[in-house]
Amino acid sequence: MKSTMHSPLEPTPRAKAFAGIVVIGYALISLIPLVWILMTSFRTPQDAIAYPPQVLTQPSLIGYVNLFTTRSRVGAQELAALPPPVTWYEGLVREQQMIVAGPSRFADRYLNSVLIGFGSTFLSVLLGTLAAYAFSRFRVPGKDDLLFFILSTRMMPPIAVAIPVYLMYRAVGLSDTHLGLILLYTVVNLSLAVWLLKGFMDEIPREYEEAAMVDGYTRFQAFVKVVLPQAATGIATTAIFCLIFAWNEYAFALLLTSGTAQTSPPFIPTIIGEGGLDWPAMAAGTTLFLLPVLVFTVLLRKHLLRGITFGAIRK
Amino acid sequence: MSAIPLTTATTPVRTELVEVPSRVGERFDPSSSSGQAKLSTNGERGRALGSAGRHRQGLSDRALAWLFIGPTVLLLLAFNIFPLLWTIWLSFTNYRANRPGADVLWVGLGNYARVLNDEAIWENMRATAHFLCFSITLQLLLGFGLALMLNRRFKSHSFWSTAILLPMMLAPAVVGTFWKYFFEPQYGIFNYIVGFFGGRGSFTMLGDAQLSPWAIVLVDTWMWTPYVMLLLLAGLRSIPPYLYEAAEIDRASEWTKFWRITLPMVMPFIILAVLFRLIENFKMFDLVDQLTNGGPGSVTELASIKLKREAFEKWRTGYSSALAIILFVAIYGLSLVTVRFLDRVKQR
Amino acid sequence: MKSLNRRSTLAAALLAALGLASGAAQAQTRQLTLCWAAWDPANALVELSKDFTAQTGVQMKYEFVPWPNFAQRMLNELNSKGKLCDLLIGDSQWIGSAATEGHYIQLNEFFDKNGIKMSDFMPATVEGYSTWPKGTKNYWALPAMGDAVAFTYRKDWFARPELQAEFKSKYNRELAPPATWDEFKQIGQFFQNRTIDGKKVYGAALYTERGSEGITMGVTNVMYAYGMQYDNPKKPYDMKGFINGPEAVAGLKFYKELFDCCTPPGHSNAYMTEDLDSYKSGQVAMQMNFIAFFPGIAKDPNVGGEKTGFFTMPKAKIAAAQLGGQGISVVKYSDKKELALEYIKWFAQPAVQQKWWDAGGFSCHNAVLSKPGFEKSTSYAPVFLDSMKIVKDFWQEPSYAQLLLAMQKRTHDYVVAGKGTPQEAMDGLLKDWTEVFKEDGKIKP
Repeated sequence: MKSTMHSPLEPTPRAKAFAGIVVIGYALISLIPLVWILMTSFRTPQDAIAYPPQVLTQPSLIGYVNLFTTRSRVGAQELAALPPPVTWYEGLVREQQMIVAGPSRFADRYLNSVLIGFGSTFLSVLLGTLAAYAFSRFRVPGKDDLLFFILSTRMMPPIAVAIPVYLMYRAVGLSDTHLGLILLYTVVNLSLAVWLLKGFMDEIPREYEEAAMVDGYTRFQAFVKVVLPQAATGIATTAIFCLIFAWNEYAFALLLTSGTAQTSPPFIPTIIGEGGLDWPAMAAGTTLFLLPVLVFTVLLRKHLLRGITFGAIRK
Repeated sequence: MSAIPLTTATTPVRTELVEVPSRVGERFDPSSSSGQAKLSTNGERGRALGSAGRHRQGLSDRALAWLFIGPTVLLLLAFNIFPLLWTIWLSFTNYRANRPGADVLWVGLGNYARVLNDEAIWENMRATAHFLCFSITLQLLLGFGLALMLNRRFKSHSFWSTAILLPMMLAPAVVGTFWKYFFEPQYGIFNYIVGFFGGRGSFTMLGDAQLSPWAIVLVDTWMWTPYVMLLLLAGLRSIPPYLYEAAEIDRASEWTKFWRITLPMVMPFIILAVLFRLIENFKMFDLVDQLTNGGPGSVTELASIKLKREAFEKWRTGYSSALAIILFVAIYGLSLVTVRFLDRVKQR
Repeated sequence: MKSLNRRSTLAAALLAALGLASGAAQAQTRQLTLCWAAWDPANALVELSKDFTAQTGVQMKYEFVPWPNFAQRMLNELNSKGKLCDLLIGDSQWIGSAATEGHYIQLNEFFDKNGIKMSDFMPATVEGYSTWPKGTKNYWALPAMGDAVAFTYRKDWFARPELQAEFKSKYNRELAPPATWDEFKQIGQFFQNRTIDGKKVYGAALYTERGSEGITMGVTNVMYAYGMQYDNPKKPYDMKGFINGPEAVAGLKFYKELFDCCTPPGHSNAYMTEDLDSYKSGQVAMQMNFIAFFPGIAKDPNVGGEKTGFFTMPKAKIAAAQLGGQGISVVKYSDKKELALEYIKWFAQPAVQQKWWDAGGFSCHNAVLSKPGFEKSTSYAPVFLDSMKIVKDFWQEPSYAQLLLAMQKRTHDYVVAGKGTPQEAMDGLLKDWTEVFKEDGKIKP
């Protein structure tokens, strides 16, 4: 695989077919776990831990129901004494000899993820765009060192950063708050945002802004009216990467939040059913949690490829 | 760069100039917030300067620079430098975050000595090194191979390239949890599939001290190969076709083309991929923690898992700060070396 | 798609309900938040507490965290002086730390004022869940949930005539719940890799979890039975020869033998939920778990009812079991301490304690436990009573987490990863613990 050649002239049909087989083969194999997760979300908890593993099982929505509700077990007599179930999900739960006791925390956590994920992405892209433009266009003293410093902020293990941040937040009362986590994610994403966006900015020829400024625009107006539209691809790409990080982040959310501001990643692996881990509910949660990122990425996938190349490579 | 941006950029500029004269004469106020920037002095002065093609220098540019960079630097100072300094300070003390009332003693380099003399820490480092080495190598090999294949642009390649991206969109913590489910010997599909293809079905990836380091390499590779592939594909696409055309004319063999054109041109991207994967995997915590808890024993206890246990379970804040600094210095050093190498490669 | 619409309607409805609920909660100030682990007894407590709400009008909110994350999350909360919890049903091992750092309020005055007598509760639970320093009369919690580690077993398999015959011919005694650890091992080996009803089954599900406290909670049962003591009873913190003495080493070695011979494949990181999974899916003949789960197991559609029996920890030199269980405390940082104390007062009443037992909770109140007919009230009541007589607990020191994590590492390294010898593991543990106590000032350097 590694020694196959890249030809600039159109590759032969045979070469293309070979490439197709390899890629599709890899894609299918690597997608098996994901497909299995999706299928697990439609199994019953007993089927999920059947051994040997069953590929086709009776589909059930109990996973999704369990994800959104808390239940308690009732004895057989109490169950018989209850009025008939009103909703379809209550019916499913009754089959397991349980009753719905209330909503679960999942919806809460999901909303938190949305708020914190998109909020921090917006902020980091905003600040990153401004800083990247400045680094790209202006003579900033110690620019290279400053840029490496910005990259190096990404090198501390999150746990290490979490220790003082935990103490800091405890002191100022930002523990377990949305603002606290938004700020932290913004900062962590800033280094990536600045590096990516600077690369994009570098690619945009200065002539356009200069022409605009010759025509009487201020630097800032030129920035807004000339540069930003051309940087749209870069901004979109950066936004995707920042969102993926903030959306999926675990360590900080685990250590710095609990009841109020906790996001989904620390929550999903702890979805417990009756004693054991509720695999269908976890699979359901995983699937639902993947959807926004998936949609976002698919919509912007053309930009993604172009966006990976950035100023670190270009002169 | 195509010609299209040129026209779209210049056209709006032309039409809006019509409104310029009404605002000529207002002064630009550097101290106003960026959202309220106004046209400064008058367009005539701009034109006079502009005839020489120079863009405007002066207060507004410098002020803008500070304005644009300021918030970023401030936030980074507050959330990175300040905590880093605090961590350094903590590393010289015996502070414990769960006993805020206790006396804080200065222990100098005591924590560092204990960290470096602790045999368990070196085991963690070995586990981390094993993980880094093999996961990055595998991801490079697979990613490069896939990129080369995708670059042949067979039919439907863009669909499949997106499909391959899926694993890296999941939360690493969730990936770790589910692969724990997949690796379970009884009801997990991994053993089932291996057995299906003729291998022994009775092994335990996660329970065997020999196999579990490979389990974490496998899962990490599954998740991040798409990322490397994307990076290298971009690199491949950036190679100017004329280089290959020239080689064709010279009747160069495929291998020569690869070795002398493709590989050197892609090298900066390869190094970049190594750099970013190195940084990320050195910090790796969620995936491995959920998958193995560092077990069996401490065979897959990576440095960051050890750090979390020392800091947030044993609450030995001073000690764990020393460990954090040591890890940071290690990554910093490795990154520095890689970036220097990258610069040298770019010089060519 | 119809189901998609319904799902989104469900989600929307739940979100709306959530919004309403939280809005209503904020409007009302008479509300308490109780924090505990997310397991069966917690659900029982929710039902029970509806009584309290009916009586006093105080709304109850709950924060339940699954066991593997419970300690870390709650200790994090306490260390950050969080106001999430008004009442906390904390693990028995946290008492030392909570008392020293002032996370809980001391309850002596409250007990005296309200006529709550500690002598009304089982002594082992008072000492284990309420007092710090251990054995003194400083009370930091009301014993809420009595618990210990014991075993469930597949009574239906044990009753099969062909298995009984085979076992008898092999070991010359009846196939019955084991009285000693050697007997346990024999039964485990007997069932290991046997085919029952077309599926391969295994001997036992044991505790082997690496991350929080699992393997320690398993291994100590055997070590206690072999005579292990943490330190010199005459000289506290003098551990040499005790934690690494021959009894401890023998106990650890035996646990590894059990792990190697008689557990299902892949059972290398198992705690309460994994053991339950193994047992409920029909993989094992015997399951080690906390008695707290027994009511749920007894009601399980797959393995409950007549299919399951229970037995206490087998003995070796002595009979011993690892203590579980929790006491209920009032968090110092709560703004509603008075209301919280009301809850404790309500909970301590004998009538409520009886309802607690009936609902599936494990009351520690003597009025409930010594009531005639208690032994027959449920299939697991005798095991509960017998176990509570032989319980021993892990350290409850303020630095218990460090002691626990060290033991987790050393025992898992040996039992699961097969590293070194049991003596080396215990010697290493002695070194770890000595360092911890030196740091704490309990041992002079």
